[in-house]
Amino acid sequence: MAKKVAFLQGNEAAAQGALYAGCTFFGGYPITPSTEVAEVMSVELPKIGGKFIQMEDEIGAMASVIGASLTGAKVLTATSGPGLSLKQELIGYACIAETPCVIVNVMRGGPSTGMPTGPSQSDVMCAKWGTHGDHPAICLTPASVQELFEETVRAFNLAEKYRTPVMVMPDEIVAHMRERIVFPDPGELEVINRTAPSVPPAEYKPYDTSFGDVPPLAAFGSGYRFHVTGLNKGQDGFPTTKAAWVQAEEERQVRKVDANIDDIVQFEEYELADAEVAIVAYGSTSRSARFAVNEARKQGIKAGLFRIKTFWPFPEKQIAALAGKVKAFITPEMNLGMCTGEVKRCAEGKAAVHGIFRVDGEPINPGQILEKIKEVK
Amino acid sequence: MSFDYDKYIRPGKLPHIWCPGCGHGIVMKGLIRAIDTLGLQKDNTAIVSGIGCASRLPGYMDFCTLHTAHGRAAAFATGVKMAKPEMNVILVGGDGDGTAIGGNHFIHACRRNIDMTYIIMNNNIYGMTGGQFSPCTPTGAKASTTVYGNPDPAFDVAKLAIGAGATFVARGTAYHATQIDKLIAEAIQHKGFSVVEILDDCPTTYGRRNKFKSVIEMMNRLKDIAVPVKAAEKMTAEQLEGKILTGVLYKEERPNYTDEYAKVIERAKK
Ligand SMILES: Cc1ncc(C[n+]2csc(CCOP(=O)(O)OP(=O)(O)O)c2C)c(N)n1
Ligand code: SF4
Ligand SMILES: [Mg+2]
Repeated sequence: MAKKVAFLQGNEAAAQGALYAGCTFFGGYPITPSTEVAEVMSVELPKIGGKFIQMEDEIGAMASVIGASLTGAKVLTATSGPGLSLKQELIGYACIAETPCVIVNVMRGGPSTGMPTGPSQSDVMCAKWGTHGDHPAICLTPASVQELFEETVRAFNLAEKYRTPVMVMPDEIVAHMRERIVFPDPGELEVINRTAPSVPPAEYKPYDTSFGDVPPLAAFGSGYRFHVTGLNKGQDGFPTTKAAWVQAEEERQVRKVDANIDDIVQFEEYELADAEVAIVAYGSTSRSARFAVNEARKQGIKAGLFRIKTFWPFPEKQIAALAGKVKAFITPEMNLGMCTGEVKRCAEGKAAVHGIFRVDGEPINPGQILEKIKEVK
Repeated sequence: MSFDYDKYIRPGKLPHIWCPGCGHGIVMKGLIRAIDTLGLQKDNTAIVSGIGCASRLPGYMDFCTLHTAHGRAAAFATGVKMAKPEMNVILVGGDGDGTAIGGNHFIHACRRNIDMTYIIMNNNIYGMTGGQFSPCTPTGAKASTTVYGNPDPAFDVAKLAIGAGATFVARGTAYHATQIDKLIAEAIQHKGFSVVEILDDCPTTYGRRNKFKSVIEMMNRLKDIAVPVKAAEKMTAEQLEGKILTGVLYKEERPNYTDEYAKVIERAKK
């Protein structure tokens, strides 16, 4: 049977990806340029008996999805910069209470209200450092409409598999452009559901590490009674200040991601085998970068592209290896050097890192990158 | 035979953190009796709170319990109730939690008339953080951040709830302990968002600063200012000066949110 093909907007594809992954609950608050995600979910969820709620603000939206997730639902919220700032309080809650949830954050200019309709990539640090305290962070930065669909599915898988919030962060260009998308058939993409407890209710502990670093999560209303808190907790879920427990639990929460980097981190290497100049880019900027690489190659310059698909955890190992091979990195991004700093950290001085930064609401075009390639080659 | 509270308390979770003389424990006992009267199933009942001394209540209760972030109980609970409307959802928390940082979530839960019951323990102070004034601290009162007397006017929680659209609003006091379970039971039975404000006391951070010599004195004040709504009907404005009405203050039948959303699902499926 021929596959379903559509011409979709990025945000619509994110919503469709969520539905493909089995999302049954959306809680949100409207904000440009993410609103279409909410709009599609408000139309589609009730058709399948799912729930859509427009909350009073982004904090409430984040709270509602965590509450719904604890009843066993797969949950989504969508927002943009100012909303992401508000959600941070409860993103931390989802981290410590280990509640799966997916947050689509469409990056627009900031800080504050910034440029509501202008593209940006300046929320990538907020995805990792936005909420206080040590905590795991997973953030995906898709570069096309098709990929936004697929990465949203993957975000749900990672959230469920690791019991943690996962962010999908398209920049405004990827979220608002329209492209052809081929819908995967049901079953074609892997869909992961959280592990349910195998022990009887009386023996259940919500953070029981005898099941590994990601303990099974029961659902409220399913016969399992347990306590959930944002306080440091022991394996039984109750607050504790016992030093050894707190330390162990904090370390485990972070280890869920750190020990599984190879399972989580995805990237694309393009023309890197013999490259002397490596561009490290993500989102829509990586599309300009690919174009620039092709142009450079035509002119006999050995340029290549390392395209980040998983921004957090950062592909440290890969960038470090590249640093030993290339002469220079070029890091174009729509912010003032967020990824650039990470690349510098991983390169440890082994290769020069040249940033191209734009925060004027204009995309970084291939010409700008090509110019830089020629300059540093 | 005396009432068996232990049936509903999580084994090993007592003693609680509350100070001697704190009213929150009286409210918890009232809630337990109400749950017992109604025969609510533990597995099918979620108790959700924010942050504060009052909000520690769920940890002691043998139910599906969710101790959220400061002020956010109503928003978390809304997610629970929407996703599983068949569950009983009970919110508990303090005056600061519910009317300051959580004020927005509170009024919107009232407006939606989502079928949950919110028990707000009003001790007129931020107890847990050591007695800073809350939106429910009376004007002129002393708090650790109003040593010269509180310049702020206070919220009337019940009026706020009614104004925002709650369809059942009641008020009781920690002194009138035997009334608490009846008000809570009626609130839980009500279809829609129900609010039960229980005036209680914080001897540790409020009483001490406001010249109450003892917990008994604080309790006696609650006794003195409380006037049942029925009795108030026969009283003059002058006689009601400085008094506070107790009992069921407001009741209205109005479509509740999860039922309305079920209709949305029906329409969408057509
Ligand atoms: C976001 C946030 N801000 C502030 C606090 C500090 N805090 C903890 S409890 C509390 C006040 C609680 O007062 P109330 O809700 O009246 O409960 P009580 O302790 O009086 O029972 C405050 C301000 C916090 N935990 N989180
Ligand atoms: S500080 Fe006040 S509110 Fe908190 S437990 Fe003690 S008496 Fe109760
Ligand atoms: Mg208080």
